[in-house]
Amino acid sequence: MFYREAGQFKTSYVADQSIFPIRQDRIALALFGLVAVLAVPVLASNYFLETIFVPFLVFALAAVGLNILTGYCGQLSLGTGGFMACGAFFSYKLAIGFPELHIVLVFLLAGLGTAAVGVLFGLPSLRIKGFYLAVATLAAQFFLVWMFNKFGWWTNYSPSGVISAPPRAVLPGLNVTGAGADPAVKYLFLLIFVAFLALVAKNLVRSRIGRSWMAIRDMDIAAEIIGIRPLWAKLSAFAVSSFYIGIAGALWAFVYTGSVEALAFQIDRSFQVLFMVIIGGLGSILGSFLGAAFIVLLPILLSNAPAMLGLSIRVETVSHLEFMIFGALIIFFLIVEPHGLARLWQIGKEKLRLWPFPY
Amino acid sequence: MNPTALRFGFWMLAAPLMIAAIGLGIQGLATANSTMFFTWAFFLEVLLAGLLQGVLYSLVALGFVLIFKASGIFNFAQGSMVLFAALTMVGFIEMGLHWTLAFVVTAGVMVILAVVVEKVVLRPMVNQPHIILFMATIGIFYFLDGFGQTLWGSDVKVLDIGITKESIFILEGVFEGGILVNGFDLVAALVGAALVAALAVFFQYTRVGRALRAVADDHQAALSVGIPLKTIWAIVWSVAGIVALVAGIMWGSKAGVQFSLALIALKALPVLILGGFTSIPGAIVGGLIIGAGEQVAEVFFGPLVGGAIQDWFAYMLALAFLLFRPQGLFGERIIERI
Amino acid sequence: MTFKRIGLAAAAAVVLAGSFAAAAPVAAQEQFVPLLVYRTGPYAPNGIPLADGFNDYMQLINLRDGGINGVKYAWEECETQYNNDRGVECYERLKANGPTGASIINPYSTGITYALIERATNDEIPVLSMGYGRADASDGTVFPYVFTLPITYWAGADVMVQYAKKESGGSLAGKKIALVYHDSAYGKEPIATLERLAKEEGFQFSTYPVAHPGLEQKATWLQIGRQLRPDWVFMWGWGVMNSTAIKEAAAVGFPMEKFMGIWWSGAEADVAPAGDSAKGYKSLNITGVGTSAPVFQDIEKMHADGKGIADKANIGTVLYNRALVNAFFYTEAIRVAQGEFGEKPLTGEQIQWGFEHLDITQARIDEVGMTGLLSPVKITCGDHEGGGSAVVQQWDGTKWTAITDFIAPRRDALRSAYESSAAQYAKEKGITPRSCS
Repeated sequence: MFYREAGQFKTSYVADQSIFPIRQDRIALALFGLVAVLAVPVLASNYFLETIFVPFLVFALAAVGLNILTGYCGQLSLGTGGFMACGAFFSYKLAIGFPELHIVLVFLLAGLGTAAVGVLFGLPSLRIKGFYLAVATLAAQFFLVWMFNKFGWWTNYSPSGVISAPPRAVLPGLNVTGAGADPAVKYLFLLIFVAFLALVAKNLVRSRIGRSWMAIRDMDIAAEIIGIRPLWAKLSAFAVSSFYIGIAGALWAFVYTGSVEALAFQIDRSFQVLFMVIIGGLGSILGSFLGAAFIVLLPILLSNAPAMLGLSIRVETVSHLEFMIFGALIIFFLIVEPHGLARLWQIGKEKLRLWPFPY
Repeated sequence: MNPTALRFGFWMLAAPLMIAAIGLGIQGLATANSTMFFTWAFFLEVLLAGLLQGVLYSLVALGFVLIFKASGIFNFAQGSMVLFAALTMVGFIEMGLHWTLAFVVTAGVMVILAVVVEKVVLRPMVNQPHIILFMATIGIFYFLDGFGQTLWGSDVKVLDIGITKESIFILEGVFEGGILVNGFDLVAALVGAALVAALAVFFQYTRVGRALRAVADDHQAALSVGIPLKTIWAIVWSVAGIVALVAGIMWGSKAGVQFSLALIALKALPVLILGGFTSIPGAIVGGLIIGAGEQVAEVFFGPLVGGAIQDWFAYMLALAFLLFRPQGLFGERIIERI
Repeated sequence: MTFKRIGLAAAAAVVLAGSFAAAAPVAAQEQFVPLLVYRTGPYAPNGIPLADGFNDYMQLINLRDGGINGVKYAWEECETQYNNDRGVECYERLKANGPTGASIINPYSTGITYALIERATNDEIPVLSMGYGRADASDGTVFPYVFTLPITYWAGADVMVQYAKKESGGSLAGKKIALVYHDSAYGKEPIATLERLAKEEGFQFSTYPVAHPGLEQKATWLQIGRQLRPDWVFMWGWGVMNSTAIKEAAAVGFPMEKFMGIWWSGAEADVAPAGDSAKGYKSLNITGVGTSAPVFQDIEKMHADGKGIADKANIGTVLYNRALVNAFFYTEAIRVAQGEFGEKPLTGEQIQWGFEHLDITQARIDEVGMTGLLSPVKITCGDHEGGGSAVVQQWDGTKWTAITDFIAPRRDALRSAYESSAAQYAKEKGITPRSCS
């Protein structure tokens, strides 16, 4: 009844091809944006901003990156942790080496560097397919973490191999890194930055490049026959994906944790981002956000649940239950909707279009 | 002649030649760069230790191969199955059972686990794409982790079933001082070999084994001949569970039964990839190559770049092989169809 | 279908309810301590006795003494699973709890400590990193809120060298010493100090990194045992790396009496899996072992009354005692601070003052019944390490026994190393060191 596009006529091709063609969608998005930008920083506590929204946004960006590679281009990658480490360490060296460089430029340059590394480790994809490709990316994962751990140059020869993000401001007076940064400032900066990059990603996947990725994913030999060059498509997927993941890694090290060692980007990190992408929905930008929210929020929710419910359970039992419930929920979601939360959202919207009618 | 047997035979001949070549290569490097230490005795020691270690990896990789062969699923939960099996066995031993009895009981537990997994996870997800099934096994991984720790606690447990820990020296006549071989590793290698032989016999000569191979070939064809798919899956997961139990005993005796055991699966991945996801001899050969390559590289090339290169070297080695054979050494050739 | 719908709706409702974090309510006259513990995960065998020690000591103070001058402890455990993200989340959730906020943070993880140092300094909550964390945080002018008492890794390396020197007849010239270390921030800590000592004492020093988690050490020990054959091996391991190392060392026939681990490689959980082959293995310890100190009688009595929290099997173990001493340190700091600010729940800033005026003499140690469990410490504004010592202990197959007295490290060179490293940190972060006059 409410969610109908009756009466909305498009008078130009540009309007017809917009990302949110239905007016109700645009209104909802604008409201959501207003709440996110105006209400949340004011109303949410520092704890919420710092430990829930900030990691959610950072991981959402990483999930978008991985979704481009695995969801849109079909190349399974387990090297996310290594690429995040690339982003973190590249931006550290840039920030320390060029203190006058603006922090956003540092992040973007680090992303470009990671893209180059991603292309390098993506070269085997031209020969190896499917699960076997995971090994090339795993080699990247282990090698990169080892490299950043082993060579003191990356950490400015600190005796312990830990890099500490220097305090930097996005606008004069507004620090986003370092301990003095206001959580609200961090959150707003991340929100705008990540939203912008997600918009770029959305446009990329709707463009010719995105369609060539999806063609490779669906049937790469057929794609090659109709004229899509697999070299160009696969390597561009690796490049764009690593760009996003590198920036996410830099943001994680600089804005979220403040200090990081190479071991923080171990294989667990890669699996964590992969879970987000699969649970959220392969091949969907919105899915990356939903998946990131699920994976970031669920453990916190589960560990706080006994306190919320007023039960006093031993800490380790809570932790064990957390594992079990997490595993069970993954299986449950996969049985119920194997295409992820994004598909659930889509089904929801379709039902809403017909509401109040059932079909 | 059977192509697999031909390939096996080829590698059996080529391997000693390659080993000799690598040894000579390192010796040449050592004489050029005098800070490197090389004696043939030490090289053979490292090589032997690597080969034995490789058999231990293959034990874990076998579980993966079994499940992938029969149901096309990459079972991420194999690592936590190894841990769960080892924890359960230690739990029963601590309750007072003799270890052989505990082994039988734990094998039974793993069978029950397999049946439950098949009913709860696999049946609702028939025909889903592989990545979704992979994700479901990740869910099983987390669940088993939490469940195992809830049942048996998080403390480190000692698993001692009387396997010797003594080291022996062999070939003392040929090399000065002899070559050090660890008794435990030898026993583990023998157990692994016995297990592989048993599995080979099982697959080749029993009805169930043939049914398993039929299912691995083509689900629909197997169904149409009357093979009960769901029962076969339960059997495969049970066998994989028992393999996990054996692997858990070996690794648990080596390192103590604790949470980190679940990370063994990561060490088995390059073995799996090198040997091919669908091949049991591939798991063994892959394990031997990865094990030996890893140790030789770590000891002789590691110090040149700072050490601790085992992890990524195994993957790089697997990657190098994959570039020549994209489906692994013994894997089925991927035939692309449009 | 219906089950599916109901299940989905329920899941959505639960997730939407969000993580409205509710921490346990704390009474107005109580001192709140958040306990970051790891009772699960890969390091649980070590985390459990640590958590037990804290719980028992604070319970003891509450029950036996009625709190510190009437101010009782309130504490809440938060499971970190030794994971940095969780550690930060636990800290952020609990830091404002209680009438005066969190009193102190002891994460017992080098990674979490690094992540929390800046935040805690900003929030004015003291971080007690007893025998772990940043060694250069001993310089109080750059790290006002971090306390590394009684001894750091660099000082521990010095103690190991001193012991090895004594055992080698007074000189290490021409000897070979190898370091097997966990390839992480933690493991790399002593390398610079040992390299310096190698030059000073004249021994040949080699390093052998072990990749995380440390299940793979065959190659390492073949190199050590069969190629290098050093006189001493020092180990900086953690978790499964320790037990694997001991087993592999035994497999290559390396004598256990020449194998010495740092205090994080010397707990019962590390030697138990190796069984008999671990006999003779040595390690450092910052606290005494066993239950001979008088305070244990009070603890036993508390357990007999059914009020003890720890698992009884852990009482007197290496890590339990360490947590006990840790809890004693901050209890004393709170006591000293109360002398200045009054007998009420104190803020982190006030407790930091207490720490900086902490002076635990041997007489005080005997007074509280902890004789033999720790060595005297004295902290000043600039020296947050306190001049503590370490003891060498040996495993005889069933228990650890101290085989030396508390050995003091030679602190002059160490002090200048702390200061130069801290100065580099200050420069990178743009911190102006405070003056300590």
